[in-house]
Amino acid sequence: MKPAPKPTPETQPFWDGTAAGELRIQRCEPCARHYFYPRPSCPRCGGDQVGWVRASGRATLYSYVINHRPAPGFEDEAPYAIAVVELEEGVRMMTNIVGVPNTPEHLKLDMELRVVFERRGDVSVPLFEPAGGAR
Amino acid sequence: MTIVIAGAAETDEVGRLPGHSTVQLHLEAARNALADANMTIHDIDGIATVGTPGPIQIAHALGITPAWLDGTGVGGSSFLFHVRHAAAAVKAGLCRTVLITHGESGRSRVGAGRFGLGADSLLGQFELPYGVVGPPTSFTITALRYMKETGLTHEQLAEVAVAQRRWAQHNPRAMYRDLITVEDVLSSRMVAYPFHLLECCLVTDGGGALIVTTEERARRSPVYLLGSGEAAESPIISQMEDFTTSKGFRLSGEAAFGEAKITHEDVDHLMVYDAFAHVPIYGLEDLGFVGRGEAGAFIAEGHTSPGGRLPLNTNGGGLSYTHTGMYGMFAIQESVRQLRGEAAAQVPDVEVSVVLGNGGMFASAATLVLANHLP
Ligand SMILES: [Zn+2]
Repeated sequence: MKPAPKPTPETQPFWDGTAAGELRIQRCEPCARHYFYPRPSCPRCGGDQVGWVRASGRATLYSYVINHRPAPGFEDEAPYAIAVVELEEGVRMMTNIVGVPNTPEHLKLDMELRVVFERRGDVSVPLFEPAGGAR
Repeated sequence: MTIVIAGAAETDEVGRLPGHSTVQLHLEAARNALADANMTIHDIDGIATVGTPGPIQIAHALGITPAWLDGTGVGGSSFLFHVRHAAAAVKAGLCRTVLITHGESGRSRVGAGRFGLGADSLLGQFELPYGVVGPPTSFTITALRYMKETGLTHEQLAEVAVAQRRWAQHNPRAMYRDLITVEDVLSSRMVAYPFHLLECCLVTDGGGALIVTTEERARRSPVYLLGSGEAAESPIISQMEDFTTSKGFRLSGEAAFGEAKITHEDVDHLMVYDAFAHVPIYGLEDLGFVGRGEAGAFIAEGHTSPGGRLPLNTNGGGLSYTHTGMYGMFAIQESVRQLRGEAAAQVPDVEVSVVLGNGGMFASAATLVLANHLP
């Protein structure tokens, strides 16, 4: 069983979003900037005029490693990529890349990706696949 | 008031010590540092140490009644923070002489703390669900971005491990001493692409301790603290601003160099926390010793190796010497030895040494500028 996140009050809207098939991130109204991870004040101005928006789900591959010693729950997938993607909205998040072999030849930095969701117990986690779909 | 390191020592042995608990490692290091300083527990009125078991238990176990305690725990750089905080406390008159201890049964896990964070932590929600297995699969994740943006090659990354093994070869206490080649590194087991086993730090048991006080109270030739800096970036590596440079390294380095009023030309010796082979590359660039993207070639050309112009990680570092989990204490110890002229792989004429510590996955950083005489 892969590890599943346990939401906290400030992150609950994010996980409500993933359960509904949406990638929701926060945006500061005065700064007009998005940020991630979920928290109650804007990391740029310190203000609390922050809201939730639905991200497009489009992203690019920022960096990754290919792990050869699997974490519990990942035994059938090793070696697998632990990746950081950059969303179109400018924020980054850690994820896994699916729908493509997890090899250096297939995982090119800056390749275009789109979000998909994987159910883990009570929550859904965002994963990313090539923008043209699984190949 | 002039702040000095008046005593410094490691445990009798480092490496595989299944017969030593975490507390024993702290106490052995503390007793060795006191002996090194020609001091006793009655000279100590301040204590700083991190995590398990923390300053209260260590002070109590040693028989010290502290007037000042610091339990700052920001990962492997914590001991550099402790030196900086101890200096401030002594200058402020809060205490006179501070003992800083580290002991960690990182390999044998005897009397050690538990690993892990809850599924409701920041890490548990936003990184652990993706199959992270500790530092080898997360601290490393910046490297491919750095390689793409700077042109660093796999061979140059391997050269970091090769260069440090050249130093370890001369250090009888180093866990690994046989010379290695780039080919050896690249053919060692893949841990987390692009990192091979020989590009990842050791996991060992051991400890070290320091005594920070004023020049007047020192009872042996002291090492002077000319400057220090501390900084933090992000608690989880995915939120680091830019994967090709450490903000913590830059800011702590600028503060330490500024306070010490030194330039890079003044530095004879450098220690950069090397949990993984890319970290010294970031350290060289973020401290300003080389330009952006130049560190890989600088190391590959031998400038940090024995005989080079900027001796780096001269104990063999976390890749070849020892790495208990919080390596910063050992980086400071090697700087002190080099400044005293007592190192196993002694560099000639070291007068100024810089130590850069990392905590977590580029999460915290601290820099110390140390010297064996005042400018
Ligand atoms: Zn704002």
